[in-house]
Amino acid sequence: MTWKSKDLLTLEELSAAEITHILDTASSFKEVSTRSVKKVPALRGRTVVLFFHEPSTRTRISFELAAKRLSADILNVQTASSSLVKGETLIDTLKTLESMTIDALVVRHKSSGVPQMLANITKATVINAGDGSHEHPTQGLLDLLTIREHKGKIEGLTVTIVGDITHSRVARSDIRALNKLGAKVRVCAPPTLIPMGIEKMGVEVFHDLDKALSGTDVVYVLRLQLERQKNNLFPTIREYSMMYGVNNERLKRAKKDAIVMHPGPMNRGVEISSGVADGPASVIDEQVTNGVAVRMAVLYLLQGESNEKPS
Amino acid sequence: MAPKIKALIMEARDMDRALTRIAHEILERNKGIQDLVLIGIKSRGEVLAERLAAKIKAIEGTAVPFGAMDITFYRDDAGTHKPEKAPSPTDLPFDVNKKKVVLVDDVLFTGRSARAAIDQIIDFGRPTSIQYAVLVDRGHREFPIHADYVGKNIPSSSKEKVLVHVKEKDGKDEVAIAEAEEKE
Repeated sequence: MTWKSKDLLTLEELSAAEITHILDTASSFKEVSTRSVKKVPALRGRTVVLFFHEPSTRTRISFELAAKRLSADILNVQTASSSLVKGETLIDTLKTLESMTIDALVVRHKSSGVPQMLANITKATVINAGDGSHEHPTQGLLDLLTIREHKGKIEGLTVTIVGDITHSRVARSDIRALNKLGAKVRVCAPPTLIPMGIEKMGVEVFHDLDKALSGTDVVYVLRLQLERQKNNLFPTIREYSMMYGVNNERLKRAKKDAIVMHPGPMNRGVEISSGVADGPASVIDEQVTNGVAVRMAVLYLLQGESNEKPS
Repeated sequence: MAPKIKALIMEARDMDRALTRIAHEILERNKGIQDLVLIGIKSRGEVLAERLAAKIKAIEGTAVPFGAMDITFYRDDAGTHKPEKAPSPTDLPFDVNKKKVVLVDDVLFTGRSARAAIDQIIDFGRPTSIQYAVLVDRGHREFPIHADYVGKNIPSSSKEKVLVHVKEKDGKDEVAIAEAEEKE
């Protein structure tokens, strides 16, 4: 498979074959992280800018580690410490960076569509590290890799996503990728946290957690974005937890070998109980490990194509 | 389009004899299997390393450890050239420190793969020595690299393709020269 796009902006734009190719490549990179010298020279001399305009720990660290393990040079540009606080526009900041010849830009922004906009005006590779409530493609990819490792395949599985679907870019990336690879996706939340018309994305909507979990292969718990609570989308955190919190008792309705996933950071005792998060079905730590491998694969596959078009 | 075969160079029994000879040469030169490990370069070098290990075991009565390495991430064109196939994981089930490593590949051509493989081995540790065994040496070196063990020297035009088939991957054992493929 030859890589055509210079950017990774959404999983919507990728074909099933392209997604599978990234996952296969990531499996090889996973081995690199188990070596004593955790580094290969594949991106030596390339400059990767981590352009984060929203708080992030694991995604930024994961991208940084991924780039370092490929021998790339890293620049961290964060809103609080950049000229953006002096009133510089995002585009001018990008132009400044571009004048210093960077190769790749990893963008996290609170507004949907910012990575697309930047990709249109720069020659550098742009990787979306989460934009508003739109998409978080590398999270979707690492989730798929984790599911594939445990279930051997994606096709034919039933995946239940529980939580705030409306505000979740993770859910959107997961739904798109899972559908492309042939899984059945259910979403479960109170009606206020499920966007109108979500069925058009090819999901089945549930408001009853026990029904949604029945016979499912994968339980994907989303973080309850507590900062949204002031919008009165649900009465109280306690009530949400009682109705939609995943605990060991409710997990019994899923298949015996079901796995439980969470993109982090977790609100223990709210959307997920500690018993489940630390229990035998939890693959949350593996998701983090796979995140580095998937980001190495994405950086590796996208780099080079933009600078040297085949003649 | 499948490349057009011009000449069949080695059949299954020729390949087997060449590997038997290489196994003996490795043992002779290293005076047995003390500290010896075999590393195949994926994908066909892996198969050949496994066969050499089996032959060495048959001769000496003791197994010699073998592993396989994918060199994609160490290629000198890793930044610009992306292979069609996803790379596969490197699998070295031993420590290379203080080992006599025999690197195994199917074809020696420009020497660039060997350079990448040597660099990768060094990242895993400091072997006592690295030797290089190939089934076919087709010439046209671009790097100062030579093989210690060669199954067959095949003079070829740099535009031709030398195809090594192994039955584990391709259903048959054979070495052939094919017409150059049209450049896209």
